[in-house]
Amino acid sequence: MVNGKRTLIIIPALNESGSIADVVGEVRGELPGVDVLVVDDGSTDRTAAVAAAAGALVAKLPYNLGVGGAMRLGYRYARDNGYEVAIQIDADGQHDPRYVPKLVDLLDDNDLVIGARFAGEGDYNVRGPRRWAMVMLSAVLSRVARTKLTDTTSGFRAANRRVIEMFAAWYPAEYLGDTVETLVHTARRGYRIRQVPVAMRKRMAGTPSHSPAKAMVYLGRAFAVLTLALIRR
Amino acid sequence: MKLTLVTGLTGLLLLGTIVELLRRRQLREKYGMLWLAVLIIVIPLSLFPRLLDNVAELLGVASGVSLVLFLGIVFLLLVCVHLSWEVSALEEETRTLAEDFALLRAQIDADRAARDELVSTDG
Ligand SMILES: Nc1nc2c(ncn2[C@@H]2O[C@H](COP(=O)(O)OP(=O)(O)O)[C@@H](O)[C@H]2O)c(=O)[nH]1
Ligand SMILES: [Mg+2]
Repeated sequence: MVNGKRTLIIIPALNESGSIADVVGEVRGELPGVDVLVVDDGSTDRTAAVAAAAGALVAKLPYNLGVGGAMRLGYRYARDNGYEVAIQIDADGQHDPRYVPKLVDLLDDNDLVIGARFAGEGDYNVRGPRRWAMVMLSAVLSRVARTKLTDTTSGFRAANRRVIEMFAAWYPAEYLGDTVETLVHTARRGYRIRQVPVAMRKRMAGTPSHSPAKAMVYLGRAFAVLTLALIRR
Repeated sequence: MKLTLVTGLTGLLLLGTIVELLRRRQLREKYGMLWLAVLIIVIPLSLFPRLLDNVAELLGVASGVSLVLFLGIVFLLLVCVHLSWEVSALEEETRTLAEDFALLRAQIDADRAARDELVSTDG
């Protein structure tokens, strides 16, 4: 329970055995009474076992489906088990669970709340093509969603029951689809989106999924995905 | 002139079909992008088939049109190979799924048998 609402924390994880125990432990410590579902997406390390030992419920996918595939599984679980709020948190410890009540507060008047860096809190810097991609995505998506969005690819999100039901039925597994396309889709259907500034921390262990060398490719793909999301219905 | 009209219209029709399939989410992004890229090359060529004449001469090919035909066939072969590769990956995934399913069923049957055993010894 967060603010009296049945809450599920969904953590997509790929080879995060170094940090997942601390993340699950911290979430359960800071937010007593929430349920934690770790979706292990075909990890080759001990992520699933470590998460289960830390007290999380673990759903183990037989092979890698990507963040989008893992998240749809999470939203289906939330829908089928009657959760009122579902919150996505990264398995690498970058998201501070102490912000969760703030996100849930805003769900009173919104349907999807995003925890965003670059919104005044914390010190998280990005430069080069990756930065340009973020600026482009923010500008276009803010317009589509009719609200200021500065960190559109954030994996820290809270969804209410209506959005849980929508995401359980439809959630893209494509690259960047889980962030960019879901935002366009959600906004187009008239749901209210809001962002909350959060400080992001350094990942605790393991390696991030993107390297600086891929930044330029990322910019191109972000542009393609965005264009596609905008022409799609 | 007539030929240009036929090839050009075919190109545009293909473009329309692909965009519409993408819009309806019938085509995944990775395939859609591939075909869009192809059409962006093919449409100018279908309108101006002589575009590649210079390149053809450089490579020793008699005419730009033959060069386009040759490249087209090479490209289609590559697409076929790619699709075979995708199908192989899919077969591997369904195999894993079937195994997981069989293991789950075996586990459930074993649990049920153990429970029935308990009930019969109790009763
Ligand atoms: N389910 C799933 N999770 C993934 C995959 N790749 C990355 N993740 C998780 O997604 C989260 C964010 O990944 P990260 O590499 O930190 O991306 P960044 O925070 O955007 O730099 C982490 O919790 C990862 O464990 C994947 O293929 N499947
Ligand atoms: Mg991260």
